[in-house]
Amino acid sequence: MIFFGFLGITTPWLLLAFILLPVLWFVLRAVPPAAKRRRFPGVTLLLELRDYDTEPDNTPWWLLLLRTIIISCLIVGFSEPFLNFDSIDDKNADLLVIMDGSWADAPNWKSQKKEALRVVQQAKNSGQKVAFLQLTDPIESLVFSAASDAQRQIQAAEPNAWLPNIKPAEILTNLDNFDTYWIASAVQWPRQSEFIEVLLDKGNVRVSQTSTALFGLLPISFTEQGIKVTGTRLKSKSTQQVPINIMGLDPSGVERLLQASVLNFEVGMLQASEAIKLPKEIRNRITRIMVVGQQSAVGVRVLGDNNSRSEVAIISGDFGAREGLKLLSREHYLTKALELSNDLIDGTIEDILLANPDAIILTDIAKISARAAMTEWIEQGGTLIRFAGPNLAAANHDLQKTDDLMPVKLRRGGRSLGGAMSWGSPKTLQPFEEDTPFFGLPTPTEVKVTAQVLAQPSPMLSTHVIARLSDGTPLVTQKKLGQGRVVLFHITANTEWSNLPISGLFVSMLDRLVSNGAKASFEPVALAGTTWKLSQELSAFGKLKSAGDRAGIDGQSLIDKGITSKSPPGIYEKETLRWTINLLKDDSNFKPPNWPSLVDLVGPLISPLQSLTALFLLVALVLLAFDVLISLWMSGKLLGVGTIFAALLALLSLTPENSRAQTVSDRSIIATRDVVLAYVRTGDVRQDEISSAGLLGLSLALNQRTSIEPVTPLGVSLAVDELSFYPFLYWPITPAQKTPTADELQKLNRYLKGGGLILFDTKDADISKFGQSTIEAQTLKEITVGLNLPPLSLISRDHVLTRSFYLLQEFPGRYAGTEVWLEASSAKENTINKKPFRNSNDGVTPVIIGGNDWASAWAVDNSGQPLLPVGRGVSGERQREIALRFGINLIMHVLTGNYKSDQVHVPALLDRLGK
Amino acid sequence: MTHQKLLNAGLELAEGWPQLLAQAQSLANSFIAGGHGRRRAGNGDTFWQFRPARQGDNLKDIDWRRTAQGDENFIRQNEWQAAQSIQFWVDGSASMQFHSSADSKHKRAAFVSLALAILLSNAGERVGTIDGKLPTKQGRIQVEEMAKLFSLPTKNDFGSPEIDYFQSHSLMVFASDFFGDVKLLEKAVTAAANLQMSGVLLMILDPVEITFPFSGRTVFESMAGQIHHESQQANGLKSKYLAVLKDRQDKLQALAQSVGWQFHCHTTDSSPVDALIWLYGALGNQR
Repeated sequence: MIFFGFLGITTPWLLLAFILLPVLWFVLRAVPPAAKRRRFPGVTLLLELRDYDTEPDNTPWWLLLLRTIIISCLIVGFSEPFLNFDSIDDKNADLLVIMDGSWADAPNWKSQKKEALRVVQQAKNSGQKVAFLQLTDPIESLVFSAASDAQRQIQAAEPNAWLPNIKPAEILTNLDNFDTYWIASAVQWPRQSEFIEVLLDKGNVRVSQTSTALFGLLPISFTEQGIKVTGTRLKSKSTQQVPINIMGLDPSGVERLLQASVLNFEVGMLQASEAIKLPKEIRNRITRIMVVGQQSAVGVRVLGDNNSRSEVAIISGDFGAREGLKLLSREHYLTKALELSNDLIDGTIEDILLANPDAIILTDIAKISARAAMTEWIEQGGTLIRFAGPNLAAANHDLQKTDDLMPVKLRRGGRSLGGAMSWGSPKTLQPFEEDTPFFGLPTPTEVKVTAQVLAQPSPMLSTHVIARLSDGTPLVTQKKLGQGRVVLFHITANTEWSNLPISGLFVSMLDRLVSNGAKASFEPVALAGTTWKLSQELSAFGKLKSAGDRAGIDGQSLIDKGITSKSPPGIYEKETLRWTINLLKDDSNFKPPNWPSLVDLVGPLISPLQSLTALFLLVALVLLAFDVLISLWMSGKLLGVGTIFAALLALLSLTPENSRAQTVSDRSIIATRDVVLAYVRTGDVRQDEISSAGLLGLSLALNQRTSIEPVTPLGVSLAVDELSFYPFLYWPITPAQKTPTADELQKLNRYLKGGGLILFDTKDADISKFGQSTIEAQTLKEITVGLNLPPLSLISRDHVLTRSFYLLQEFPGRYAGTEVWLEASSAKENTINKKPFRNSNDGVTPVIIGGNDWASAWAVDNSGQPLLPVGRGVSGERQREIALRFGINLIMHVLTGNYKSDQVHVPALLDRLGK
Repeated sequence: MTHQKLLNAGLELAEGWPQLLAQAQSLANSFIAGGHGRRRAGNGDTFWQFRPARQGDNLKDIDWRRTAQGDENFIRQNEWQAAQSIQFWVDGSASMQFHSSADSKHKRAAFVSLALAILLSNAGERVGTIDGKLPTKQGRIQVEEMAKLFSLPTKNDFGSPEIDYFQSHSLMVFASDFFGDVKLLEKAVTAAANLQMSGVLLMILDPVEITFPFSGRTVFESMAGQIHHESQQANGLKSKYLAVLKDRQDKLQALAQSVGWQFHCHTTDSSPVDALIWLYGALGNQR
């Protein structure tokens, strides 16, 4: 490697080729410009002649110069020059190359690797021994060896999803006198300064600081309307919009984009939050949230059971509670206790069971309707929580029969403690026993119970009790039923019988019950002693991958030790529970590293090692092209400059938009002189041909059978053409279609408002059955999202489209799908007869949406023969005929509006006239 | 170029011209009637003399009207009229196919020659080609056959007349660019002269061949691509070429004069009528 100032040459021996340049000069001189060949009969006369000057027609000196420059560029280019601004003045014979290799490096891992390789290459060239150290990879000992070893290690290095946690003493003690080149990540790690100190003792330290915009996602929180996503970033200097995607499962269990949003970072702020509105149903389906376009684990949050919210239904026995008594109602305390961390649903028992909530709370309801359904739901894993009360206490309990929906048999009546008429004082709670769901919750002494319903004593009673009063009587009992359970609070859900509902304990107890044990499992107390197995690991690049077989990890250590190589972020499983561990906590933020002044920060200067090979070769190529032109010109084969310009102009004017624009006025005349059916150009040539052929076929049928006589159909481009000339637009949806721009949307909306009709054809009726969502349907959604469309409904059997010319009940195209959507008929229409023009489109639906690929069924070739096959045999031909009839009905409907609809009344009118 | 087109062009060019009786210097003793009186009694249409009948004369030969004027019997004799043969050589070689803008040299040569043949034929002369494919004959059909032959190009780069089928005492019309070997031409002309044949050399050139508008490094190729000549600076060659061309023309002129033939140079950018005028004058009967 040779350096000329900033210019380094990788393969300098190639420069020897410059010696050949003078030779090339002579060779080039000797090769004159190519001769013109001329047919000339008088050549025989020439044969005896000699040129005056035996020297060939000389290559001009400037052409020679040009060619010399080309050759020089090639020589320099192939000798791999590069711009190099950093000088290498290492004192020591050994070089340690360090990479962090944490999640912070993942976004620019490739370039970092390249840099490391280049540094090693430099060291190799200058004869240094090299060792490579990736800080996140556990390593036993470092040995300085040949550079090629380090190169192999670097090639194989992959970043890890944790920060380095390395003790310098372990590795560096027995090494001395080496220089360090450290490709450091943008984020500080705990023992970094200690590490740097040790390195500085050993020799020079050069640090290449990666500068990158890093965004991390903090834990999400649930709000009333949806979720709140909080992000953090490395630098706070500017405002930034960071797009985030919320991914989740669709009903078929496939992970999809549920919602996209943007985090807006303000100047000076390291954090930004965005509240995203999501329906509860969707909210519970979220699997992960990610920063778009950042390949790092820190920009991904994986959600598991520790983030999910339970759905709870509360059904109260207080019927007709008055407004003023709301604060006393039982429901109120439950709602307040649950609404923060759970989703509450309302409704009757029957409706609620359909929604399959995690828990149902019944307050003082003795008689349960829909018992069978309720039992089934519990057996499927539901939790029924019942509260006692006057009704329950007063109910006639059949002591002989076990009630499935009651954990224990109750005695009739309750008991009152500590009141004016009783002997005892109000009772407090006993601490919770170990195998109860409430284990670990504190039992505050101020919680007092003054009344309760009592359980019928039995040998099995104590197995059902999960909370006791100080006198040993049950406060909460539970019974397992199938996979679910029934829980009874022997007190009311309001403060009538106890003050438990206004204590914090009540919230915790309910939480543990309704989350079906899930949430409780993640509390530190519950985690002790549990063993979790990593099922999916979050890679440093933010991708989830199967973790394979791993040893189980103690739940407590997962929390205590944080994220290390032994406990990487990802999804941990225990039985049915999924615990996700993400990189950032609520209080996490990125800190850039602090470099001591002794460190030689080479920083981003070194990162762009600019290879000039491409530049030189490019210059050579351009000059070569120029040389070709000159040579052509010299031998007279170059067309005149004027010709070239004319050709260029012709090319320019041939660009499609221009050529279309020229015909706009002609098209206007054609479109307005006659009825013209039009289709929207999709950009897909084949589809446009089919659309054109289809509308041609429909136009022919209309000409033959009806008084509508359309001329040859036209294709319209939304960007260029005026739409208002066309009463009808056929719009096939192709996956590659672009969504309309704002101008085009405005145009379309004006068109629809002005009485135009668009037939959207997704052409997917063959595969879109049973609610399958196709790409075309997605595209259609994207396209129509900006259109002012009325509410749509499936076509009704008496819609005017079914009888505007032919009597039809199905609308097949090439496919015989049944779903055709159009404007929902207004139910009020008949009642407001005083305003007949209320409907701006006169009863004509502005859009019809279907997927039957009508154009293909209508399509004919130039000789009027069907272009594409429909169905099979006779029934196929019948289907084509029906498709044509649908088309005719459609155009009739477009052009006559609701006229045919009114014709229904003709018999009645005639009848009246006759009399 | 089909022969029909060529014929039409020839007819068009020949239209309005008086028929051409070729100059006959030494007519062969052929017994074919033609337009050239031999100044002696023989077969012919025009009256030549009355002579007293001698013994042995056929009785039906006696001109009774003349006999009635005197006492002797007279016999009416007509002048012996013979036809002149004209043999054409239209060079159809590749070199003659060259054209810079107007007609190719071959086409020009062909239809000027054809127009001439038509005029001669109309005058009762016998026309034919020198290559033996069409021996001299009279009549319209012969002209058409000639048109067929003239329309065919030959393969060679340069043409030279064939000498095997010369008819003695006939007239020769050589139409070519004469870029071929001069010696061959000389041989043909000499052979013709030895057979008492007279003729004309019509040199037909393209304007490019006279102006030589070339420059720069140029490879000159013959029309069939058989001969190359590379010049590094064609513009420097112009004066030399023109000199050589003049030399060639002079040589041809000298050759023609040496045997009593006539030479003319015609360029395709001038009117074909010019060439026909010259031919008419050169071949016309100056009697």
